[in-house]
Amino acid sequence: MPFIPHTEDEIKDMLDTIGVDSISQLFDEIPAELISSKLDQIPARMSEMEVTRHIKKLANKDGTPMCFAGAGAYEHHIPAAVWQVTTRGEFYTAYTPYQPEVAQGTLQVIYEYQSMMAHLTGMDVSNASLYDGSSGLAEAVLMAVRANRKSKSKTILIPKNINPTYTQVVNNIVKNQEIKIVGVDFDPTTGLVDQDHLASFADQDITAVVVPQPNYFGLYEDVHAMTNWAHEQNALVIGLVNPMSLALLSAPGNWGEQGADICCGEGQSMGVPLSSGGPYYGFLTCKEPLVRNMPGRIVGMTTDLDGNEGFVLTYQAREQHIRRAKATSNICTNQGLMVTASTIYMSLLGSTGLRNVAANCIKNTDSLKQSLKSVDGIKLLFDGAGFHEFVIQLESANAADVIEKMAAKDIVAGVDISAQYPELGQTILLCVTETKTAADLTHFVKELQTAL
Amino acid sequence: MSYVPDNLKYTASHEWLEDLGNGVYRVGITEFAQSQLGDIVFVELPEVDESYAQEDECGVVESVKTASDIFCPLVGTVTAVNEALEDTPELLNDSPYDDGWIFELELGDDADIESLMSAEDYRESIADED
Repeated sequence: MPFIPHTEDEIKDMLDTIGVDSISQLFDEIPAELISSKLDQIPARMSEMEVTRHIKKLANKDGTPMCFAGAGAYEHHIPAAVWQVTTRGEFYTAYTPYQPEVAQGTLQVIYEYQSMMAHLTGMDVSNASLYDGSSGLAEAVLMAVRANRKSKSKTILIPKNINPTYTQVVNNIVKNQEIKIVGVDFDPTTGLVDQDHLASFADQDITAVVVPQPNYFGLYEDVHAMTNWAHEQNALVIGLVNPMSLALLSAPGNWGEQGADICCGEGQSMGVPLSSGGPYYGFLTCKEPLVRNMPGRIVGMTTDLDGNEGFVLTYQAREQHIRRAKATSNICTNQGLMVTASTIYMSLLGSTGLRNVAANCIKNTDSLKQSLKSVDGIKLLFDGAGFHEFVIQLESANAADVIEKMAAKDIVAGVDISAQYPELGQTILLCVTETKTAADLTHFVKELQTAL
Repeated sequence: MSYVPDNLKYTASHEWLEDLGNGVYRVGITEFAQSQLGDIVFVELPEVDESYAQEDECGVVESVKTASDIFCPLVGTVTAVNEALEDTPELLNDSPYDDGWIFELELGDDADIESLMSAEDYRESIADED
């Protein structure tokens, strides 16, 4: 049945009633120069068969290259069961669970997700997720400004060795709210946050400090020292973490003497496939006293009048359908489907499985680093311990050229970060996950030598 | 009819003020306000030693159906807050004029207590809704 809300006759009746000749006349107040011209760049309609063929052709252009790129989006093996279950109609078509009496399944999945994320990050509360890792960090910054009422400066310290895209997104979202984002340098020899530069902010009014683990270069920061330093300055600590690494690393809730206050990051690595532009999801967790400052949906467990267990949205007075302009965020939605996949992924692997994935990432990364040491023309920057990424510096070759040559060999040879960090020269950020075999690594090294 | 004690001063945003002497006033919300809000589940208190201008938002009262700002009735500095509300916010419902007080305010120099409503004025202002 075609979905046509009004017939021509009905439209004419309605226009006659209000004394208007045409629908376009209703939009008269929009200045003519703002109205788009004919959309003649868009091709005429196609049949489903033609569209399918066209899209397949476009998809095939991507091919199935071997991926060594990370920088925020990571290739991991996703067991077939994850999306088999996620795409069941009950999950796939579920909408906002505002009516708990018809949405218990969706609500319970989110509740399980929240419990897992709170456990993984060592925090008390998790929200139902946000759009992605970078907007998650922006929301964490806004939340810290609301929560740290003693701090008047609205100053947030963000190390320059977090993903620069994240810093840009944070700036875009918070710059008109009188919030100051101040960069903290990193030591160019170690790639780690420059503790002397950080210490130079002592005794200033700092609202919050972003502490990355691992940082953009894949390296482990001394999160305990940074957390303690921030708390001595009465600043809140926002942990920006890769959730997969938390299978092995200490949870942000256990950093330093008191633990981080807020934790956020990108959740894609757990069960969501790589895809240009997403959909991915951001996670946000916090300590219990901050829950009323948290943005986004939160699902809670409760009992009905008969004492039966059930799930509902809770702390809704934070949200815009109740608090309007004073809501904790203008984003009160969540990435339900991605979170469903992640929840199934985490429950399928269990803590042992997640630890194995993380351990294999580290093993493979170390193995490639070892092999690359004997390759002429490149240098491994920074020799500290790290998770599954590292930076190589090209002595004479151009990073973009090398990546292009490797692409011709069906290899995505990392992310060119030369423009983001010109002071480091020609650099490539490489990532090796558990998906790579010894043969893959040998193949990569051989092709890289040729490309150089 | 909501109870409106004669000895207090009132604002249009339903705060009451009780004179404690020496320019210090105790502030809470009226019985009418709490009955409109319904069961109160959380109170965000102002910060002690913080100064506010008249009508500044200085706290939030959250009930099961809405959240509403508390406005500072006159210019001044907060000298005390009712910490009991952190664990027992329902005091605002049960005892809005006594145990459910919210904070104490030392009035600033420009504060004009006489600009606020008398009990009689306040009763009149809520008469239609009460």
